[in-house]
Amino acid sequence: MRPDEISVVIKARFPQVKEEAGTNGIIVPKESLLEVAQYLKNPPLVFDNLHCITAVDRKEKMELVYILYSIRERHGVTLKVYLTLEDLNVASLSAIWKSANWLEREVYDLFGIIFSDHPDLRRILNPYDWKGYPLRKDYSNPELIAKPRL
Amino acid sequence: MDTTRTKDIYTEEFLINMGPQHPSTHGVLSLELKLDGEIIRECTPHIGYLHRSMEKIAENRTYTQFIPFTDRIDYVASMNNNLGYVMAVEKLLNLEVSERAKYIRVIVAELNRIASHLIAVGTFAQDLGAFATPLFYCFREREKIIDIFDQICGNRLTYNYIRIGGVQFDLPRGIDEKIKEFVNYMRPKVDDYDNLLTYNTIFLARSKNIGVLPKDLAINYSVTGPSLRASGVKWDLRKDEPYLVYNKFEFDIPVGENGDSWDRYKIRIEEIRQSLRIVEQAIDALPGGEPTVKVGRIHKPAPSEAYFRTENPRGELGFYIVSDGSMYPYRLKIRAPSFSNLAVLPELVKGVKVADIVCVLGSFDVLMGEIDR
Amino acid sequence: MLSILDFIWVLIIGLIVLAFIAVSAMFLIWWERKVSAHIQSRLGPMRVGWHGVLQSVADTIKLLLKENIIPAGADKMIWWLAPFFAVVPPVMAFVVIPFGKNLIVKDLNVGILYIMAISSVCVLGIFMAGWGSNNKYSLLGGMRSAAQIISYELPLILSMIIVSMQANSLSMQKIVAAQSGHWNILHPNMMLAFIVYIISATAEVNRVPFDIPEAESELVAGFHTEYSGMKFAMFFIGEYTNLFLISAIATTLFFGGWLGPILPPVIWFLIKTYGIVSILMWVRWTFPRLRVDQLMGFAWKVLTPVSFFNLAITGWLLLK
Repeated sequence: MRPDEISVVIKARFPQVKEEAGTNGIIVPKESLLEVAQYLKNPPLVFDNLHCITAVDRKEKMELVYILYSIRERHGVTLKVYLTLEDLNVASLSAIWKSANWLEREVYDLFGIIFSDHPDLRRILNPYDWKGYPLRKDYSNPELIAKPRL
Repeated sequence: MDTTRTKDIYTEEFLINMGPQHPSTHGVLSLELKLDGEIIRECTPHIGYLHRSMEKIAENRTYTQFIPFTDRIDYVASMNNNLGYVMAVEKLLNLEVSERAKYIRVIVAELNRIASHLIAVGTFAQDLGAFATPLFYCFREREKIIDIFDQICGNRLTYNYIRIGGVQFDLPRGIDEKIKEFVNYMRPKVDDYDNLLTYNTIFLARSKNIGVLPKDLAINYSVTGPSLRASGVKWDLRKDEPYLVYNKFEFDIPVGENGDSWDRYKIRIEEIRQSLRIVEQAIDALPGGEPTVKVGRIHKPAPSEAYFRTENPRGELGFYIVSDGSMYPYRLKIRAPSFSNLAVLPELVKGVKVADIVCVLGSFDVLMGEIDR
Repeated sequence: MLSILDFIWVLIIGLIVLAFIAVSAMFLIWWERKVSAHIQSRLGPMRVGWHGVLQSVADTIKLLLKENIIPAGADKMIWWLAPFFAVVPPVMAFVVIPFGKNLIVKDLNVGILYIMAISSVCVLGIFMAGWGSNNKYSLLGGMRSAAQIISYELPLILSMIIVSMQANSLSMQKIVAAQSGHWNILHPNMMLAFIVYIISATAEVNRVPFDIPEAESELVAGFHTEYSGMKFAMFFIGEYTNLFLISAIATTLFFGGWLGPILPPVIWFLIKTYGIVSILMWVRWTFPRLRVDQLMGFAWKVLTPVSFFNLAITGWLLLK
């Protein structure tokens, strides 16, 4: 199915999702993430492959990006969840797709987003006793980072 | 600690730490094993020893300056990493490259796939105990490929050759004879590996039915690449979502039956044969023209995002780039195939012996540079 | 009662054999490196001496100069004694190996029994090294080795008994003499016994495909992880002496020992022994290794029944 057909199907079932302007992403409100994910895994859409989870620090809010693909139906979709800085937790999808386990641990390690109901939420790339969340925009120290000559 | 007391014998579980420095964990990987004699009860991988924070560095480098960093993600198959990143940036910029550049990219990517699979096969045989002989043969073949790369771009391991808009230099004169010679030299050598290892009784006894990965578990864990194809799923990005000019070549996708370690090894040997076919067809069909589209060194794409995935020798490598209009990417995420491939390891090794964990880990062919970035 | 002349003769031959063992171990190390290098399409040691012949001497000097590190928490007496148990038994077994018509240190009339008894002591050395090192990897290596060596004792001894049944004696010289018409290997039941013997003997001396105790890719270096310097050299020399020993026994029992036309008997013995050594090296650099349970399964489920069957057949043939 093409991306616009997929978003039509999802919107028919969940009217609260919106399409994002400019990209092919589908914005899902935080509370309905688990339901939408379970719906996506079942037929007719059969998204059986949670390919990538990542986060983007948009300064006033955090954008969480889920990239899903389907091997059977050969299509893909991108889900986006926007989180406010005071309320950085969201439901974990590791019960639905097991690949979410390590991918969510990486997002927690680098951004500090807490995934509730995650079986084993600890840091994965940094040492276990690291302080701070490195990939946030306010973590950088401009004096230390020397931009090379162009 | 789990202790069991039978009438006369007192046994307890044995915690052993395999790595980070260990001859067969393929880099710095630490596996915490709970053993009961020789049987593994639980396995916890600890990664992050090679974390070099590439994604944070990318936010302070221009798009062209980041290309050498992508070499070092998967240092054994550098051309494919370059390719993945550059294609993601070109998708962001809506840039089309010339036909000649596409053919050259396919040739170097497939040659690098052969080189990477040779290392996978050689180290897998070494882990099983065929100490050094298959490894030396594989490295002898790999020297020939690296020689060709040396003539093309001047580097032996991290190439920095595929650039935004095309490739860095045109192919030198006479390189197509060398590549054809290599293809003819390599074909009987792959049959040699089959004779030496693939149907050897001891090799079969060590790797058949070890670490069986069922189809549904593989898809659920987002395992990709030869490990997924060994479990019976016929999915290869070169055929199913073709990029560059892969849809013009004839090649097969080998698929395994059981999903055990022997299947994963055999698929890699077959993929070497298929890559040789692709290289031969590409060299014969190489068009003339300019290899590079003239673009500047600084790119300022419009604020948008792009995700592109390519078929790395180890799986599907994806690059997610978000740009905000400046010359640095706002966010660059590298989706590494070995990261998801390794996550399935603790489930597969429950109840096998210590010798088998080395076999399973070797057959997945993980590379710590990718996992830790 | 030993006369003075006999005693001096034994002493001289004993010293010659000891010197031969020392030189032979060093030569075998060089030979192994050359054979492995040529199988792997490279050259091997080339710099020290003509084609690297003096490489073993250089290595010995290097190992002598290394620091003697005792691991913390090691059981000192056991850890210190273990290398001796790896080197001394194979050397002791050389007392009854016939190098030529009269070149044998002492032709005990229970030669084969003596060899079997002495070679069983080797496992003690490995096990002591595994325990005394206070290291989980070494302990795993030691336990695997004990299981392996004990399992393969039975087929080994049975195949040696078949030969002594045929020759009607346990003495090594008499076994060689009984082959003066034709070598033992030419009988089919002897051929089977030889195959069983060579497999079991490879397992006894921990060579690939049975080198689980020192499995490099799994256990770093197995039972000799914590040894450095001269102690490590003793394990190494013990392994190569053992290799020569089993090839020498195979030559004596199955291939006619020092019998052969034209050339002096010693030369024949050495040619046959080094031929078998080279075949064992060839096998080492070609095959992967077996897993522990597959190894034991092979010993108990395949080799032992085959040896018993062979024993019965040989007995029936002799009684006919």
